[in-house]
Amino acid sequence: MRPDSGVPDGASSGGGPLPTSPTGAPTSTDGPASASTVPAGAPARAVMSSADVSRALRRIAHEILERNKGADDLVVLGIPTRGVALAKRLVAVMEEVEGRPVPVGALDVTMHRDDLRRQPTRSPMHTDIPATGIDERVVVLVDDVLYSGRTVRAALDALSDLGRPRAVRLAVLVDRGHRDLPIRADHVGKNLPTSSSERVQVRLEEHDGVADEVRIAGGEPR
Amino acid sequence: MTTTLDTAAAASTRSGRRHLLSVADLDHAQIRTILDTAAEMHGVQQREVKKLPTLRGRTVVNLFFEDSTRTRSSFELAGKWLSADVINISGKGSSTSKGESLRDTVLTVAAMGVDALVIRHSASGAAHQVSQWVDAHVINAGDGTHEHPTQALLDAYTMERRLGSLEGRHVAIVGDLTHSRVVRSNLLCLRTLGARVTLVAPPTLMPAGIGSWAAADGFELSNDLDAVLPTADAVMMLRVQRERMSGGFFPTAREYTVGYGLTRDRLNALMAANPDAVICHPGPMNRGLEIAADAADGAQSLILDQVSAGVAVRMSVLYHLLAGEEGQQ
Repeated sequence: MRPDSGVPDGASSGGGPLPTSPTGAPTSTDGPASASTVPAGAPARAVMSSADVSRALRRIAHEILERNKGADDLVVLGIPTRGVALAKRLVAVMEEVEGRPVPVGALDVTMHRDDLRRQPTRSPMHTDIPATGIDERVVVLVDDVLYSGRTVRAALDALSDLGRPRAVRLAVLVDRGHRDLPIRADHVGKNLPTSSSERVQVRLEEHDGVADEVRIAGGEPR
Repeated sequence: MTTTLDTAAAASTRSGRRHLLSVADLDHAQIRTILDTAAEMHGVQQREVKKLPTLRGRTVVNLFFEDSTRTRSSFELAGKWLSADVINISGKGSSTSKGESLRDTVLTVAAMGVDALVIRHSASGAAHQVSQWVDAHVINAGDGTHEHPTQALLDAYTMERRLGSLEGRHVAIVGDLTHSRVVRSNLLCLRTLGARVTLVAPPTLMPAGIGSWAAADGFELSNDLDAVLPTADAVMMLRVQRERMSGGFFPTAREYTVGYGLTRDRLNALMAANPDAVICHPGPMNRGLEIAADAADGAQSLILDQVSAGVAVRMSVLYHLLAGEEGQQ
């Protein structure tokens, strides 16, 4: 989970400055930060197991193909960092089903964010647009957690600088609600009602080196 | 003086702003961050739409008291491609020529509400001095014979793209060491990145006292270019700065070329010893004096790559200085 997924407005516990990243790790805008900002309170509880994640991704891959009536013109772009891993997994399933390659890449949205001035500077991640380009394609954006919707807004802006897709769709592993913007996902792994004081942690094997898992941490014990 | 990129917790200057005044203020991780971000910016540069909205509403002033083509236009493009508003003020034709002091000029410009000042001045330490006066981010675009940090960063970036990691690579910096501000920044940057560095110059152009610095920091000095070339992975030729010389450093231009120019013969020797070696020059070049046309225009020349990398690296620097929360008013 990117820090932004849990840090709109006052969520940085007490309104103080965000915890600074450890020296020498200026690029670690991700995992460690979210882990270290979990408020004391209820222990983290798992809401999706490795098998749940895998089933959800398979279903989403099929949904995308069904809605698109095949893999024609599809370009799947993950939003760094965990969205990229998820995009690759979705594409692996699609390729298995359709028996043909599906273009996959990464779309970094850092430079298009609207909250750059509210946070310590973060380094942009790699953007990798498949050679096919995105003009007149159906772009599927993939992210791990949909929360405020600001990341997706930034992604839509970033896309418009790269070309003009025929359509843009959004696939997320977890939709936790609390949208700030009129944005919704087309494909959702799991709808997860949360309170805004809780934090959703997504762990992916290729990214975090541990078994896939989605956990909720913090907030009031239920 | 403290320059901090990316470390929001770092110690602050009088105004609490982040500056880029010297490469000496950057540690390995910070240089890495700037170069990695520059690589992403370079990707943007290849696109049809080169503009990013990141610094919308920010104002960058290029304040150049010395002539410059590439550095000024490079900073200007970098700012514009990040959507900042950029204005250029040159020493000539400004109030400076009416006798206004540096301090008054800078305070006047700053009073208009600028977010960053990119400054080039003939006095060493000018950028540092300015950073004490104003409440804006200050970027040193060359101060006298002291430093030129973004040039060193773009040189490192360009060499890395061709050579891979510079760790353990041998870089020869050749020419007018005494009058060059590029050499100090490059030395600091390359040493931080783990490269082996040899400075080559005629004895008259070796800065006084450099021997003890070399001994302390572990770089090498030489007066013999032909002895250094065979082991070099990169050769950086410095411009002979005629405008800073009051003469007497070498007898004639021809003699300089014979001893320290990258001539066709030396180019052949370099290529024979190491076909992958690359050639850099911070520009502007004195063709035929310190560098021959064959060396400047060949496939091993990175001189135009340096220019194109310059915009990306300066975008990265502007981004890291201006984008974070510290910049919030």
